[in-house]
Amino acid sequence: MADAQVQRTNTLEVINESNMHNVPKGSESHFKVVVVSMDFENLSLIKRHRMVNDVLKDELAGGVHALSIQAKTPSQWSQNSSVSQSPACLGGMAREMANNKS
Amino acid sequence: MSFIGRRAFFSLGYRLHGKNNGISFARGLSSYSSAESGSKEHIDDLVKKDDIVIFIKGVPEQPMCGFSNAVVQILRMHGVEKFGSYNVLDDDSLRQGIKDYSSWPTIPQIYFKGEFVGGSDIMLEMHQNGSLVEELQNLGIRSALLDGEKQ
Repeated sequence: MADAQVQRTNTLEVINESNMHNVPKGSESHFKVVVVSMDFENLSLIKRHRMVNDVLKDELAGGVHALSIQAKTPSQWSQNSSVSQSPACLGGMAREMANNKS
Repeated sequence: MSFIGRRAFFSLGYRLHGKNNGISFARGLSSYSSAESGSKEHIDDLVKKDDIVIFIKGVPEQPMCGFSNAVVQILRMHGVEKFGSYNVLDDDSLRQGIKDYSSWPTIPQIYFKGEFVGGSDIMLEMHQNGSLVEELQNLGIRSALLDGEKQ
């Protein structure tokens, strides 16, 4: 789907946020990735996110349930390198597990 | 019908009818739907029914996921009252269908005038950088935040 690829990455942070959710201890289900890359220059947010989603498509098709993405260019990152907080879980995961879905 | 009985019934139904005649049972026990709810044609209709359409987990009054809630709260902050909202937790076919429709692997998903805008991260960023106010203006909606600034 994505026609461009993330080739040059300046910063890559992968944060496991699974413990914020109602999942078994040690789960790897909810993640946030922070990607800073020159390849995002002049690209819309939606295109940047598609590039990241594409890199992670196997993970998303497998056990990864939620993925929050922050995709910035190096100049954006140098102006503001704060990583936004993910919202609190509202219990939907418990219902989904009860329904036997991933 | 017992738990096991229900399950057997559903899997039997699925096998008998197959996927292509429009009748299929979703995998979940508590939710089922016709195959059409996740079809491209049906989703085309849904996303064009209202200027703003969101696909979330839960309902706007009670979102079941923090990311879905963020989208609802951002719309509320801008004073947007009228938008279409569909609960993917109630409909497995829609849940998969919407991901295929936009080639986007996660929920929530937001559409303006039938066009895919993004997920909650993008909505939040548009809210923070001010572009959401402009996008709403393009839809003929005046953001309540503009009025707030004047006072």
